[in-house]
Amino acid sequence: MRHIISVLLENESGALSRVSGLFSARGYNIESLTVAPTNDPTLSRMTIVTTGDERRIDQIEKQLNKLVDVAALKDITRGGHLEREIVLAKVIVTSAQKAELETIVKAFNGSLITVSDTQCIVEMSGSSEKVDELLKSLASLTIIELARSGVTGLSSDESSLTA
Amino acid sequence: MQLTGADIVVKSLEKEGVEFVFGYPGGAALHIYDAFHRQNEVEHILVRHEQGATHAADGYARSTGKPGVVLVTSGPGITNAVTGIATAYMDSIPMVVLSGQVMKPLIGYDAFQEIDAVGISRPCVKHNFLIQDVEEIAETIKKAFHIATTGRPGPVLVDIPKDITAQVAEFLYPESVEMRSYPEPATAQPSEIVTAVEAMLNAKRPVVYTGGGVVLAHAQEGLRDMVKTLGFPCTNTLMGLGAYPHDDPQFIGMLGMHGTYEANMTMFESDLIIALGARFDDRITGTLDNFAPNAKVIHVDIDPSVIDKNIKADIPIVADVKEVINAFNAELGRRREDINPSLIANWWEKIRAWQGLDSFWYEKSDTIIKPQFVVEKLHEVTGGEAYVTSDVGQHQMFAAQFYGFSDTHKWINSGGLGTMGFGLPSALGVKIAHRDADVACITGEGSIQMCIQELATCKQYDLPVKVINLNNRYLGMVRQWQEFSYEKRYSNSYMDSLPDFVALAEAYGHVGMQIDKPGDVEGALREAFAMKDRLVFMDFITDQQENVYPMIESGKGHSEMRMRPGSASLAE
Ligand SMILES: Cc1ncc(C[n+]2csc(CCOP(=O)(O)OP(=O)(O)O)c2C)c(N)n1
Repeated sequence: MRHIISVLLENESGALSRVSGLFSARGYNIESLTVAPTNDPTLSRMTIVTTGDERRIDQIEKQLNKLVDVAALKDITRGGHLEREIVLAKVIVTSAQKAELETIVKAFNGSLITVSDTQCIVEMSGSSEKVDELLKSLASLTIIELARSGVTGLSSDESSLTA
Repeated sequence: MQLTGADIVVKSLEKEGVEFVFGYPGGAALHIYDAFHRQNEVEHILVRHEQGATHAADGYARSTGKPGVVLVTSGPGITNAVTGIATAYMDSIPMVVLSGQVMKPLIGYDAFQEIDAVGISRPCVKHNFLIQDVEEIAETIKKAFHIATTGRPGPVLVDIPKDITAQVAEFLYPESVEMRSYPEPATAQPSEIVTAVEAMLNAKRPVVYTGGGVVLAHAQEGLRDMVKTLGFPCTNTLMGLGAYPHDDPQFIGMLGMHGTYEANMTMFESDLIIALGARFDDRITGTLDNFAPNAKVIHVDIDPSVIDKNIKADIPIVADVKEVINAFNAELGRRREDINPSLIANWWEKIRAWQGLDSFWYEKSDTIIKPQFVVEKLHEVTGGEAYVTSDVGQHQMFAAQFYGFSDTHKWINSGGLGTMGFGLPSALGVKIAHRDADVACITGEGSIQMCIQELATCKQYDLPVKVINLNNRYLGMVRQWQEFSYEKRYSNSYMDSLPDFVALAEAYGHVGMQIDKPGDVEGALREAFAMKDRLVFMDFITDQQENVYPMIESGKGHSEMRMRPGSASLAE
C-alpha cells in the first residue's frame, strides 16, 4: 500500500539526513520526499511517499517519531487528503503539433511556456496519478527533460499537524 | 561568569556531576584539554586508544547507571571511537561523547583531520549535535545528557569546532531543557495494567522474560516481588542477567541461542509471555516461523518502536518498565486471592522435567582445563559477587552460562553489537567506579588482543582488574560455526603466533600467570584475587575443541535446540 507521511521537522542542519538515513539504513522505500520551511520558521514540513504493509508503515512511523528532530507526523492517507505534485516537461513540438498540445494541456489545467520555435515546457500540478496521465497523453511528443517535484499534501478535514 | 568555550565544556561536565572523562587528546581538542588542566573537579582518564575510551565509559555507565563520558579529537579520534559508540547504542547505554572538530571556517574544505563526525556517527547515536556558536555549548551539553539518560538511553555526540572552544561567552548552565520534539516518555494506562494482570491470573503456562531494560530501569526489586507473588518461571536475556537471582528455584536460566533448554522450551510452549524491557531480537527468538505458537504476549517497553517489530504484542504497554512492574505489583496486591498456584502446577512439572536434562552439562576433565570449569571456579572464588566483563565469543557464552549472577549491573558484555575488544577497557571503567570490588574480565586470546593496549591505562591509574584469558588458541566461536556449518573447514580461525601473555603482562608492569592444569585453576584464582592491588593476567590454556551448548542453530526455533553430544535425553 502507498502511504503519504507528513512530518514536521525541526529546522536544524542535518535533520533531513537523519530521515533519509533512517530510510536507507532500515531498507524502507522512498517513492518521493519533499521538504520546505513552513510558516513557522523553526519547522520544516516533509512529505514522504512510501509503500509497505501495515506493520512496516507502523514501524516507519515509530522509527521516525524516535528521531529527536521529528516534532510531529501523520499518515495523511489514513483519512481524506489532498496531494499535489508539480511536473515540468520540456518537449519538442513542431508547429503542426502545437494546437494539439495546447488542447491536452488545457484539459489538464496546465500551462505552456514557450522556450523556442521548437521547444516548450509543459507545466501542471495535480495528484501523481493526474501527472502520470498527462505524461501518457504526451506520449507522441519527445520529452527531452522531465522534472517532477514529488508529492506534497495536507489532510482535507479540519485537523492540522502541529508541533 | 565569562569563560572560554573550552572552560564551558569542562564546567558543564562538572555541573552534570561527571566524575570521570575517558579520552585521548589531539589538535582539535587541545583547548579543551588545556581547560582540563586548569581544574580538579572532573578527572580525565587517558586511555591508549579511542575505542578503549568509549568501552571504558560504557563499563562505567553499565556498572553505575550513570552516563559515561568520552572526549576525543577530530578525524581519527572520532573514527576510532565509532565502534564503542555503536556498542553502546546497540545496548542502549547512556553515553555522552565530545569530539573536537576542525575550526568552523575550515569545515567542508577537507582540512587536516577533518571528518564529518555528525554524519559518520549518525546511524549509531541516539542524537548528535554540531556546535555552531560558543553561546550554544552549555545548553547543548545539557541537552546531550538529557537525551542520553532519559527514555530509552543511548549515546549522544557533541562535535565542537576548535575555534569555538577558544571564544568567550557568559557561562550559564541551564537547570533543565525543554525540547518539543523530544517529549517525556509515555506512561501506562490503568486499564492496560488491569488487562495485563488479568491475563497473568488466567495463564496456565506463563513465563516472565526480561531483558536489558529491567537492568537499565533498576527494576529488579519489583521484578523479584512480582515473580514471587505470581509463582511464575522467569528467564533473562543475555543483557538481562542478574535481574533475577540465578539460584532462585523460579529462575529457569538465560534464553536464546545459547540459553538453557528449559528456558527455550518454556518460551515455546507457553500460553503467556510477559516480556519486560526486552526486544525479541533474533538471538533470543531463533526463527520467527514457529515462535511460541500458542502464546499471548504482554510486551512492556519504553521504546514504542520495539513493540510489534519482531513479535506482535497482544497487550502492549509503552512506559518505563519499573513503573509498570510497580503497577503490576500494586494490582496483584489487590487481587491476591485470585492468584491460583494450582493453575500452573502442571506447567512447573513440565519445566522441572526439562530442567532434568541439565542442558549446560559438560564433561569434566582432570587433564585439560575446561573453560566452563574456570568460570565456575571464578564464581566460587569471588563469592559470585564480582563485576564480570567479557569480550565476544565462546568465553562470553561460558561466562553468561556459568558465572551465576545475583545482582544487576554486574554482568557487563556487548550483547547487541558483539564487539570483540570490549572486555578489558570496560573492566577498567568498572574498576574506576568500584575501587573496592573484584572486577574480572573474561576474555579469549583473540578478543583480548583487540584492546590489549589498555593494560597501560590500568597501570597508570592503578586499576587492578583480573584478566581471565580462556586461551583455546582458536577464534573459538568462529571455529565452532565452521565445525557445525562448514564441515570443519577452519578457515582463518586459528590464532597462530600468539604472544607470551605472561611476559606481555609483565612488560606492562602487571603480574602474569599461565595455568594449564585443572588442578591449578582454583589455587591460581585465589592467589590472583588475593593480590588486591595488582592487575593479574591469567592465561588459562583451555580445551581447544570445546563448544558452547546447547545451541539454536540458524534457521531453527526454540524447540529445536542442539544438545551436547553425550548429554542426557528426555525420557518421555
Ligand atoms: C570486532 C569483531 N570482529 C569480529 C567478530 C566476529 N567474532 C565473533 S566471536 C569471534 C572469535 C572470538 O575469539 P576469542 O576472543 O579467542 O574467543 P573464543 O570464542 O575463542 O572464546 C569472532 C572473530 C566480532 N564479534 N567482533
